Amino acid sequence: MNIIVCIKQVPDTTEIKIDPVKGTLIREGVPSIMNPDDKGGLELALRLKDQFGANVTVVSMGPPQADVIMREAFAMGADRAILLSDRKFAGSDTLATSYAIAGLCRTLDYDLIIAGRQAIDGDTAQVGPEMAEHLGLPQVTYVCDAKLLPNGNLQVHKENEDSVQVLEVEGKCLLTVLASAFEPRYMTVSGIVEAYNREVEVWGADKIDYDETKLGLSGSPTKVFQSFPKAMKAPGEVHEVSEEEAVELIVNKLKEKHII
Amino acid sequence: MDFSYSKTEQLFLQMIRSFAENEVKPLAAEVDDQERFPVETVEKMGKLGIMGIPIPKQYGGQGGTVQMYIMAVEELSRVCATTGVIVSAHTSLCMAPILENGTEEQKMKYLPKLASGEWIGAFGLTEPNAGTDAAMQQTTAVDAGDKWILNGTKIFITNASYANVFIVMAMTDKSKGTKGISAFIVEKGMPGFSIGKKELKMGIRGSATCELIFENCEVPKENLLGPLGKGFTIAMKTLDGGRIGIASQALGIAQGAMDETVKYTKERKQFGKAIAQFQNTQFQMADLKTKVEAARLLVRSAAWKKDMGLPYSADAAMAKLFAAETAMEVTTKAVQFHGGYGYTREYPVERMMRDAKITEIYEGTSEVQRMVIAGQLFKK
Repeated sequence: MNIIVCIKQVPDTTEIKIDPVKGTLIREGVPSIMNPDDKGGLELALRLKDQFGANVTVVSMGPPQADVIMREAFAMGADRAILLSDRKFAGSDTLATSYAIAGLCRTLDYDLIIAGRQAIDGDTAQVGPEMAEHLGLPQVTYVCDAKLLPNGNLQVHKENEDSVQVLEVEGKCLLTVLASAFEPRYMTVSGIVEAYNREVEVWGADKIDYDETKLGLSGSPTKVFQSFPKAMKAPGEVHEVSEEEAVELIVNKLKEKHII
Repeated sequence: MDFSYSKTEQLFLQMIRSFAENEVKPLAAEVDDQERFPVETVEKMGKLGIMGIPIPKQYGGQGGTVQMYIMAVEELSRVCATTGVIVSAHTSLCMAPILENGTEEQKMKYLPKLASGEWIGAFGLTEPNAGTDAAMQQTTAVDAGDKWILNGTKIFITNASYANVFIVMAMTDKSKGTKGISAFIVEKGMPGFSIGKKELKMGIRGSATCELIFENCEVPKENLLGPLGKGFTIAMKTLDGGRIGIASQALGIAQGAMDETVKYTKERKQFGKAIAQFQNTQFQMADLKTKVEAARLLVRSAAWKKDMGLPYSADAAMAKLFAAETAMEVTTKAVQFHGGYGYTREYPVERMMRDAKITEIYEGTSEVQRMVIAGQLFKK
């Protein structure tokens, strides 16, 4: 089985602080990490590899600095790493990104594509599903478990808000997975020692078939109008009262705010 | 001159730090309290390759550097000094002498199982009457044709009751003094070899420190390590390497106590402000931080020399002396900064203070380190 795993380098948003005066994000000194949902995706791929044997290729699109997460993927157990890096991709929104990575996938022989549900820096959850559309693949999102059945199909658990759906997928497909379901393994010491002796293939746009108008800024219909931090909410109120009093209190509060 | 961590080291730091934080730290208080050897942690470390970092791949190791190995000991000791010394004694005191002095057969027989963590290693030099004066060995090994017969007792042996392989020093020719001492590889279960009483210690309480008892213990002929009569030299060289490990352990303890104190003094309020805002706190912490960084440079420099194949005996002694005394100072002050809470077991700093003390004692006391450094300094 050949598995492609899509990974992205993101700022560790748990380390980001907000400038108390300007209200903007302080990005300096914030470490870059492998996006958690993507790492969960890599973990799923490696579990399938451990159980059934597989060749795991990690792919990413980004600046050359993204090299470090490719090395991390090697040290966890990935077999091959390809980084799409070209000025032509600059300014890509999710559509142009998914178009480029789908183009990369078309050049590879694969049975399964795994992507993280969403990246912690954008939270769009769009790239995986869009790739599936570009490639004409069935997709299952919010995956919390997956295994290979004896008939060669995948049995996939999809987490919904209040339930889990169990699906069987025939043939090639794309899954987007949740970090919470796949606790990633540690890098091994020997994997780390070898990581920088191995080759991360850096591909330019010329390695894929593309339509110029669908790449980078020109292929990106999303225009960011304005970015601003969310307004701080007023602190909540805590009342320790009986159930009956609580009902009255809530009703009065809602009336006060003209909600009811 | 490049003081930064290499890319490989940065990746390694990311791994070992999260391993220490997620797998080792949560057990540290319990391991100390119950004087429990953390077998489950050792098993996990074995799987990840942490038990064989600087051992070449051809002997089943990870092919890493001494630098990476000491980074592991530091990061583990930062949260649990017991775990740090398990790795240090195993690596520096058991695998290193086999790697550096063993025959090809000995290396192939012992290193793969040790490096994978399937076996744990230990080292036996100290005796009731041969501590700092290690030349006063009373354990004997007699040539009995096809085997060696060992008799005697070793004490304070780290990892002892969990170890499978022991490097043991014994007198093969009393008339030659230190040149009559030889090194042997002894396996658990060899006839006449048993583990004696377990010490109840002040610190590193999860580390299994026991006696080794040899009563007509039969050791195969081929288990002599290095040439006959070279045991003392092997022991001293082994301890040179071990000292870099213990220096890293001390450094880790000091760093761990710094981390706790920075966190605590920012939270703890007295006289209407966080105690971190008082200049007394700031100046004392600035001094401690400076010492911790100086210790780290000494430790890294000694490890670098060992990696480069340069002489490092005095460097290792300086690193251990300074890091151990820094650990003792930092942890003692950390308890003081924590006040009454610091004296309780609710906070980890009292444990760190108890753990720090041993780093001034084992693998050569601070006085021995001074002897080594001065010996080098006043050598013709």
